[in-house]
Amino acid sequence: MSETSTAAGGISACSITLQLNGQRREVEVYPWTTLLDLLREQLHLTGTKKGCDHGQCGACNVHVNGTVINSCLSLAVMHDGDEITTVEGLSENGELHPIQQAFLDEDAYQCGYCTAGQMMTATYVLNSSHIGDSDDAVREAMSGNICRCGAYKNILAAVQSTRGKV
Amino acid sequence: MRNFEYQKADSVNAAVTAHAGQASSFVAGGTTLLDLVKIDIMQPERVVDVNGLPLYDVEALDDGRLKIGAMVSNTDLAYHPTVVEKYAVLSEALLSGASTSLRNKATTGGNVMQRVRCPYFRDGVSACNKREPGSGCAAIGGHNRSVHAVLGTSEQCIATHPSDMCVAMAAIGAKVLVTGPNGEREIDFLDFHLLPGDSPEKEHALDVDELITHVVLDAPIEGSRSTYLKLRDRASYQFALASSGVIVATEGNTIRDARIALGGVGTKPWRAREAEQALIGEPATEQSFKKAAEIAFKGATPYEHNAFKIPLGQQAIVRSLTHATAARA
Repeated sequence: MSETSTAAGGISACSITLQLNGQRREVEVYPWTTLLDLLREQLHLTGTKKGCDHGQCGACNVHVNGTVINSCLSLAVMHDGDEITTVEGLSENGELHPIQQAFLDEDAYQCGYCTAGQMMTATYVLNSSHIGDSDDAVREAMSGNICRCGAYKNILAAVQSTRGKV
Repeated sequence: MRNFEYQKADSVNAAVTAHAGQASSFVAGGTTLLDLVKIDIMQPERVVDVNGLPLYDVEALDDGRLKIGAMVSNTDLAYHPTVVEKYAVLSEALLSGASTSLRNKATTGGNVMQRVRCPYFRDGVSACNKREPGSGCAAIGGHNRSVHAVLGTSEQCIATHPSDMCVAMAAIGAKVLVTGPNGEREIDFLDFHLLPGDSPEKEHALDVDELITHVVLDAPIEGSRSTYLKLRDRASYQFALASSGVIVATEGNTIRDARIALGGVGTKPWRAREAEQALIGEPATEQSFKKAAEIAFKGATPYEHNAFKIPLGQQAIVRSLTHATAARA
């Protein structure tokens, strides 16, 4: 990370480097820019959604170094050198990721606003050996992802039907 | 979000040096800090990032204690083999708190430092002696059902301490290791969080610029079992209405040693020492547990909407003790 000459109120923006969805990206961010705002407003990766902006809804969940976090509660500048995966990075070679296909197959959304966050948490949950594979364990592990439409039953079905495919 | 300077520290001493008084904040996970900066309740002019400090280890000490780095995430601590095996109450408490993604971000030191969830503290406009000393307490006589205490309250503040992890640590017994401009010192965990008293704005025993570097858990009680029971408005992802962390050792059916700490009912992680004393030497029966539960809430002060927390907390104690002493197949 290095400081640049850009300034706001005398405070300089910082230059950071991310490994974002497999690509190296060098960006300039102000200290108060959240990872979420960097992704959406500067890098135009709008698949990640801003719901509550306070860590209560999970719509902004992304993977940082393989771990799911709320991107609204993290400063972009804290992620210099980190590997970030957003919903845009799930599919490979034009093929839907199994969790994306499962959300389609199981009709696991209505408005779709929470879906990106749901899928980022789901892929983490499915790859975490310490989280059980029962329906109750999945419900508990995904309780931080709120769905205002109430598609939980189908979200659970989508997650469980993806088990073993990721 | 308000503008602030940012500095990333590469050593504990550099972090302490960069932290320049009350206008600075350390940031670890950020789950409390950034939440509160966004609503302008915390107003740092400088944020010192401690994510680069070498505080990520969980180390078994020769004397049987467990030394936890302040940057160990709530997830990593909950699933650490030693914690799962020897400090079940802590693992269970951690996993009952927040959500998967927040636990991945939240740290051990940050969890100790988390702020209250009182809506009058968070709204930025109501009377709140914690946010604006001398302004009053809108929670007393206001909506004081879910995140307001019945133990340790004062006429100045009745907000509960929101942490589950800290309740388990209060039961286990621990030391908080801190480093400041004058060097290192340790604070007993039970002395770390302060009762609101006449100065609810002072929440903890840290001096200005001091940084938590570790929490050291006492050695487990030989032959003990422990558990954490959290009761809340929904089954997951909600703060406690009442919670009980217990550690019990029995000889036959007689209680040899016991620890009880409570969450959701106290203005700090609440250790119920008198209730513990009442259990020692008694048979591990529901009658003993009920007597201890009554003692635990002897000095409780109910407010308009939270009187239910007294029987709820007592039942949490009875049920967690029953679970911890139940015969295992």
